[in-house]
Parts: sequence; C-alpha cells; structure tokens
Amino acid sequence: MSTLAVHDHGVAHHDDHGHEHHHNQSFLSKYVFSMDHKMIAKQFLITGITMAVIAMILSILFRIQLAYPDKTFPLLTTLLGRFAPNGRISADFYLSLVTIHGTIMVFFVLTAGLSGTFANLLIPLQIGARDMASPFMNMLSYWFFFMASVVMLSSFLVQKGPASGGWTIYPPLSALPKAMPGSGEGMTLWLISMVMFVASSLMGGINYVSTVLNMRTKGMDLWKMPLTIWALFLTAILGILAFPVLVAGVVLLIFDRSFGTSFYLSDIVLNGVQQPYEGGSPILFQHLFWFLGHPEVYIVIMPAMGISSEVMSVNSRKPIFGYHAMVYSLIGITVLSFIVWGHHMFVTGMNPFLGGVFMITTLIIAVPSAVKTFNWLATLWRGNIRFTPAMLFAIGMVSFFISGGLTGIFLGNAALDINLHDTYFVVAHFHLVMGSAAIFGMLAGVYHWFPKMFGKMMDEKLGYLHFWLTFIGAYLVFFPMHFMGLDGVPRRYYAFTEFVSMQRWLTVNTFITWAAIMAACAQVAFLYNFITSIFIGKKATQNPWESNTLEWTTPVEHLHGNWPGEIPTVYRWPYDYSKPGAEEDYIPQTVPFSQTMSSNLPHDFEDNPKGLEELNKFTSTLKANEQVK
Amino acid sequence: MHQNTEYQTDIKMGFRKFINSKTLLSFITAFMLLGTNLLMAQTEAAASSGTQSDAMQVDWTGVAYYVLLFFLVCLGVAVVGKILKIYDLTLKIQGKKGMKWNTVMAVICLVFLLAGIYGAYWSFTVQGSMTLPEAASAHGVKIDEMFTVTTVLTMIVFFITQILLFTFLFQYRHSDKRRAHFLPHNNTIEKIWTIAPAIVLTVLVVFGFFTWQKITNSADAKGEKASIDIDITGHQFAWELRYPGKDGKLGPKDFRLVSAANKLGVNFKKRSSFDDLQADTMYLPVNESVRLNIQALDVIHSVYMPHFRVQLNAVPGLPTFFKFTPTITTADMRRKLDDPKFEYLVYCNKICGGGHYNMQKVVRVVSQAEYQSWLSKQKPYLTDQLRKELHFAAADQPQTGSQNRLALNN
Repeated sequence: MSTLAVHDHGVAHHDDHGHEHHHNQSFLSKYVFSMDHKMIAKQFLITGITMAVIAMILSILFRIQLAYPDKTFPLLTTLLGRFAPNGRISADFYLSLVTIHGTIMVFFVLTAGLSGTFANLLIPLQIGARDMASPFMNMLSYWFFFMASVVMLSSFLVQKGPASGGWTIYPPLSALPKAMPGSGEGMTLWLISMVMFVASSLMGGINYVSTVLNMRTKGMDLWKMPLTIWALFLTAILGILAFPVLVAGVVLLIFDRSFGTSFYLSDIVLNGVQQPYEGGSPILFQHLFWFLGHPEVYIVIMPAMGISSEVMSVNSRKPIFGYHAMVYSLIGITVLSFIVWGHHMFVTGMNPFLGGVFMITTLIIAVPSAVKTFNWLATLWRGNIRFTPAMLFAIGMVSFFISGGLTGIFLGNAALDINLHDTYFVVAHFHLVMGSAAIFGMLAGVYHWFPKMFGKMMDEKLGYLHFWLTFIGAYLVFFPMHFMGLDGVPRRYYAFTEFVSMQRWLTVNTFITWAAIMAACAQVAFLYNFITSIFIGKKATQNPWESNTLEWTTPVEHLHGNWPGEIPTVYRWPYDYSKPGAEEDYIPQTVPFSQTMSSNLPHDFEDNPKGLEELNKFTSTLKANEQVK
Repeated sequence: MHQNTEYQTDIKMGFRKFINSKTLLSFITAFMLLGTNLLMAQTEAAASSGTQSDAMQVDWTGVAYYVLLFFLVCLGVAVVGKILKIYDLTLKIQGKKGMKWNTVMAVICLVFLLAGIYGAYWSFTVQGSMTLPEAASAHGVKIDEMFTVTTVLTMIVFFITQILLFTFLFQYRHSDKRRAHFLPHNNTIEKIWTIAPAIVLTVLVVFGFFTWQKITNSADAKGEKASIDIDITGHQFAWELRYPGKDGKLGPKDFRLVSAANKLGVNFKKRSSFDDLQADTMYLPVNESVRLNIQALDVIHSVYMPHFRVQLNAVPGLPTFFKFTPTITTADMRRKLDDPKFEYLVYCNKICGGGHYNMQKVVRVVSQAEYQSWLSKQKPYLTDQLRKELHFAAADQPQTGSQNRLALNN
C-alpha cells in the first residue's frame, strides 16, 4: 500500500477557507445546504434512489393493469382513489403512470441520479481537486433538482392527475388542455418541473466541465484520466449543448398552452370545435424534443459505460483494453449523438429524404458502440476476475448493452422502423439498452464507491442476491416484449382486450408482470443493504478494491478538501493492473516510475525521452548483472 | 483445536437438523395451503360479486397474506444467509479458506449462460411463432427480407458476444495462483473490430436506404396507372374513411368547414367533392396501388396496418400519404393462417388520449370485382343533412384560398 499523501502542513492549503470552518459546521450547512461535493453526491444519490423506487412502483401499477385488464382490485381504489374507480386503474391514469414512470426514470433517476451522484463524487476525487469549481452552484444544482422532483410528484395531487401524453409530450395532445385530463394542470406542473430540472442539469454540467478542464492535479493530463471522468466529462458537455434546446421547446409549448400562440398547432378541430391555431407544426416540437432526446439517451448511458469500464478493469485486475479507443469511441458517440435525432421521427411525416440521412448517421453510431463492447470483452479475457457485486452489475450492463444495442440496428433502419415504430419492440429495445444497462451501471457505481461515500462496506451476499434476481428479472420482463412488437402490438395500450389478435399476448403479459414484481421485490434487498450498511456496515479500509485511482488515496473519514495535506501528484495512467515485474497486482497513479523500475515498459515513456533513457540504462545493467552471474 | 472442530460440527449438524426438521416443513406446507385457500376465496369472491359494492370491499386478509408471504420470504433469505455465514465461519475455524464466492458466482454465470441460451431458443420458437404472418403488400416483402437479413446478422453477434462474455467470466474467475495477463491494447485487433462492424453496417445502410427510398419516393410516375386515392382521417377516437366517386378524385378539405354533418370539412365549392363516398370498412382491391391520404383533426394519431408493413403518423395541419399495393386478399390470408375469423386491421399507434387503445377499423382486401360492387353500395359523403346544411350555410362559406396548406416548418 503506497499512498503518497504527504502530511506537510507547511504547504499553503488551496482551500484555507473551507478548512477553517470544517469543524464547526451546523447541521444545516453540513447535511442540507452543503457545498461539499461528497455530500451533494450523496444527496443526489438518495433523492435519485427515492425517485427510482417511486417510478418502479408506478410501473408495477400499470403492469398489474396490463396483466389483469378484466379483474378488479379494490385495494387499488383504496390507494389511488378517483384514479382507480371500481378497483381498476382508469385509462387516463394508466397513461399518466406510463408518462411519469418514463419521465422520472429518464430524467430524475438516470440523468440526475446517475450523473449527479457520480460526477459530483468522482470528478474532484479522481482528478485530484479539493472540490468543484463552484461549490455554491453545485449546491444550487441539487436544490433545483430537488424542487423539480417535488413539483413533478406534486402533480399526483391535482384534480385531473399528472401529465399523461407520454414522456415525449408531443403536442397537440399535450398542448390542448381539453385533449385529455392529464394535459391540464398536470402538464403545467410537468413543464415547470422540467424547466427547473434543466436549470439544475446545466448548473451541474457547467461545473463538471470547468472542474475537469481546470482543476486537475499535477501530472493528471487528459490522457491519464480514468474512463469514468472521460465519460462524465463528455456527458456534461452533451447536457450543456442539448438541454437548452429542450427548454426552448418547452417554453414554446408553454406559450402555445397559455398565451395563444401557434408554434406547434395548426388546423385543429377538437371535439367538433375549431381551434384558432394556424401555421404551426407539431413536427417542430418533435425536432426540438429529440434534439435533446437523443443525446439524452447517451447522457444516460455514457456515465454507466464509464463506471462499468472502471469497475471491470479493477475487478479483472487488468488494464482496460484499448484505453485510447475507449476514449475516442466516447468522443465519437458524443459528436454523432447530435446528428441522429431524426431516427425517432421516420414515420412522423418528416420528409422521407431526411429519414434516409438520419438512418445513415444512426447506423454509423453503432460502430463506436461495437468497439466499446469488444474492448470490454477483451478486458475480461485472461483476467483474474473477482466477482464483487459491483463487478456483476458492470457485467450485467455489458450484457444488456449488447442485447439492447443489437435491436437498435433494426430500429435505426428506416425501412424496418415503419413496422416497428412505437411497438413493444421499441419498449424492449430501450429498456434494455438505456434502461437496464444504465441502471446496472449506476448500481455498479453504488456498490463500488459505497465505501468511499459512507466509509462502510455493503454486504456482498445480499448484493449477489440483488444482482441475480434483478438481472434475470429484467431479461424475463423485456425479452418477450420483442416478439409482441414483432406481432404489431403498440406500446401505451391500456388493455389488449379489445383486439382479438392481441388477446393471445395476455398470458405473456401476466408472466412479464410477475417477473417485474419479482425484480421489484429484489430491490428491497438492495434498499435494506444500502440503508443498514450506512449505519452498521463493516468499516471500510482506505482502498478496499486495491484500485489505482486517486479517490482511494483520501482518508476514509471525509473532510472538506478531500486530502489532509497536499494533493497527490499523478505519474501514470490509472490502469496499471497486473503489470509484469511489479510487486503487487496494482500500481496506484501516485507511484512514480522511479519506484517501479522492474515493471516499467518502453511504452510508458512514449513522450518522455529522459525516462526511456533511464529505463534503457536500468535494463542494460540488469542484463549485465545477469551475465556476471 | 480438536474440541473446537467438534463443536462446530455439532452446530452444522444442528442446522442440518433444523432444515430437515419435519415440523418446519409441515408448518410451511400448512401456511402455503392456508394462503392458497385465502387466495382462492378471494378470486371466487371477486368472480361471483356482480354488484359494485361487493367488488369494492378490500380483501384485507388477502393483502395481509401477501405481506406475510413477503416477510416469510425475507425471513427465509435471512435464515439462509445466516447458515451460509456460519458455514463460512466453521470453514475458517477449521483452518480452510472460507466459501469460494468467486467460484460460486462463476458457476452461476455459466448456468445462466446455458439457461439463457435455452430460454432465448424457447422464446424464439414459441413466441417467435406468434408474430405477424408474411407481409401482405408488395413493399412489405422487401421489408421482411431486410428484417431476416438483419436478424440473422445480429443474432450471430448476439450469441457469440454473450457466450464469450459468460464463458470468460467462468474461465478467468479469480485465483490466487495466477495474475491477469497485462494487455493494454493491440492496435491490429482493434482496427479489425472497428472495420468489421463498419462494413456490415454499411451493407445494411445501403440496402436499407434504397428500400426506404423506394417505399417513400412513391409519387405516381408518368404513364403509370394512377393509384386509388383513399382518405383516412384520425380523430379522438376513431378513423373516418372517404373514397373518391366516379371521377376518381377526392375533393379538397378545410378544417374551418367542419360541422356535425361535414365531419371532415370537405369543401363543396369544388366539383370533385360532390361524388365522394364515405365508408365504414376499408376495402382495398388486391394488387392495385393504393394511396392513403393521412390526416388528423385533433391530435397526432398514427395509421398502423402491421400486416401490410404500413405506418405513418396522422398529423393535424400536415397531410401525408403512404402508397402501397396489397397482395393477399383477406380470404387468402384466412386460408393461410387457418383462421376463418382473421381480419386485417388499421389501428392507432401514437398515443392520442384515453381511448387510444381501441381505435381500430377493419381492412378487407378483395378482388377487383368485389371491390367495385362494394364501392357501388357505399353512401355518398354528401348526405341529405349536409345538403340541407350547405343550402342554408352556402352564403357563409368562407372564400379560402389556402386549402391543403402544409405546415411550413416541418
């Protein structure tokens, strides 16, 4: 164990201010309006987990409706009141459930919960900074997110229920309050919540980018950053560029709804009454929405990719295969993700020529994704794999990413999309590739960095149970859905009972619902493990996973400013695992090459001629010595 | 030390006894039986209760049963956990290494792989056979060919990568005796697996692009026989059909003209409007090119006819069309599927409100002769009521020059 945390108090602290006040923080400034990135990360995580549990319960509610469309459950009326009259969820509330489930999962859990948690926790710790570039803005970011969550959930309390036009809220459905109950106050609250959410996301993103660019410790050049940082950095850039467009779209929608403009509306006769809108285009909203919406799915998956890469490398005791290729593929995905949004709109009436163009760009983005997958497989090859729960979840992420990614090749093909668009095939595709894969990446991160966050270890056995039940459950839920889609069963249908051709899928629906309930129950194992481990978990050591990255050189007890003395200097890339000639099977980033002469390779000195000279000298003396013997 | 081991063995035996104990087993059985009885009673009650007040009685025993069952499962997990922990500790006291969890997980990975392959195979054969029958349109056949090619290619990749993933996990499970192979990169192999998918995808893109162009670049070419124009308009929550009359032309529409009798807002200033027909079922002549003019009155709907591989959104303010040629009559399809009740359908595939899940219309593909005889029986769009209405309202009809406006910024 060789940490280079030098306890030299003569050196001026970069963060004198924070250090002075760190002992007499009030409860309010330590736990509530905290400006410490580690505390903010925990706030994001716990809020994210809470939202995830809520969204999961919503999904179980609509799954019950899908499995038993003819049965009555008086309990539902007791729980949901007017939203489930006569023991059955109403058709409108079913759509609300679907909508809010999607919104919470995509934005509140997999964007804020994932990026918010791990960018806040890992960026300063892994690049060697004492905190974020702007701790105050960081705090605001969390509280905007919290307010957005409260407003989103409060829409369950309005008379007509929450927004129900689908998480994509296409106008005119979402623009005309009379088109459906959810398009009334529920929709207004949705839009307010989203504006606050984007504000939060932007404040976070600007912070992440500026921290990564400006506050790296000595020696930490971009090519020595762990892949988690690369992924979170590029994710933040995506968010900064894409989210404002959503706000633009949302603001125009607010104008259409409340101030009588016609940005998205034209030629509408609702319930036999002509509406005074002319000249707008609903397609415009779809363009604005998906200009965010598609980068959004990469905002969701890229942090999961980064986390999985890191976790798999640590637990295979092997360097990540093709580090440069991994970074370039992330950059490629980032750039390409801005020019593929039209593949959500092949059959919306958009110019078919545009459809052809978007199809080409879409299938190009599969190349970097394929490279990443192969590199992960190569990382496992001839590794020395330790199955920690984090490792299992990272592997699950890869498995889901393959399964869900491959069906993307069908949907990205405009000709095939004609028949698959908006069917259960799409539901299966994105729940695997960005839903399950991203949540597994997030859980991998939680299990892996729990010791860093709370100073305690989580229970491994419960982690195993949680993983296998969730992993199997997710496949049982989503695999059969592909075939429903291939039979032309549309998504967002309240009941399959009205179609003779769909009734044969009812048994499959029942099966899926029970698989989902099983997977949901498995989350109790996680929640129990998570909560109890915070309080009574085994105390963590400084570097429990024998990992190379900088965060494990900080003391287990948190302190404002992260390192008690000087910030350590970085000398090497983060993936020197199982290097031949080294004593241990890992060499932390803080160990200079001069201390590891026996394991140095010419490759380590590609841009360092002096070092190479030293190495050559060392190897020649070694050879000379051997000859003497 | 010897005594200690003996003591541990005693504990182990004790637990074995505990697990094997018949009392426990019978208790569980009794509990399950009770629960099943309760459950049955609940479903029976739900089934027999015709009246609402009965149905609204929350069956708290049933709820309690499920909650109890859940806690029992948790208890079971906890007991198993404790047993494993004690077993682990006994191993350690005996001087052995504890449970080899890495090996256990590696074996489970292998079992999952085998079970997964079987499950995928089962799903492909059983659920795969429940998918749509062969395409009933000319362009649909091409889509299906593309689908087959894509499926074969992706499934090869799917099985190879998943098998590699899980066998690697098993094969390279942790061992204290060896070290991982230090392999940071290999440019040759990385180039190969960048270029290989790029080539495969290029092939798919090129085929897909041309198929897509062929399907969508479908304005009637010169000299080609004109397609049959059929108007389909979506509104909450139904489809309206309009067929052209003898002139083969549909009259223009304007949303400002919509009224109770003129549901679609057909403009009767134009001659071509007068002989338009309305229909309840979409009849299509087999092997004739059909042009569906797709519109919506209120919100976005989507015309989805999966058997013909046809889908296009119906967008208010943005008229679109989809041209296709049905190739299999309803009667033929019934014979092929051995299902005398089979019907082609058109239904809505874009969320449009509470009734979205039931917006269907029957489509019948028939021979040319049947089609003509059916068409001759259809009622004119210009009903008596509409005639009356127009007579009185004729003077008010606005002089619009902007019929069929396209939304500008699509």
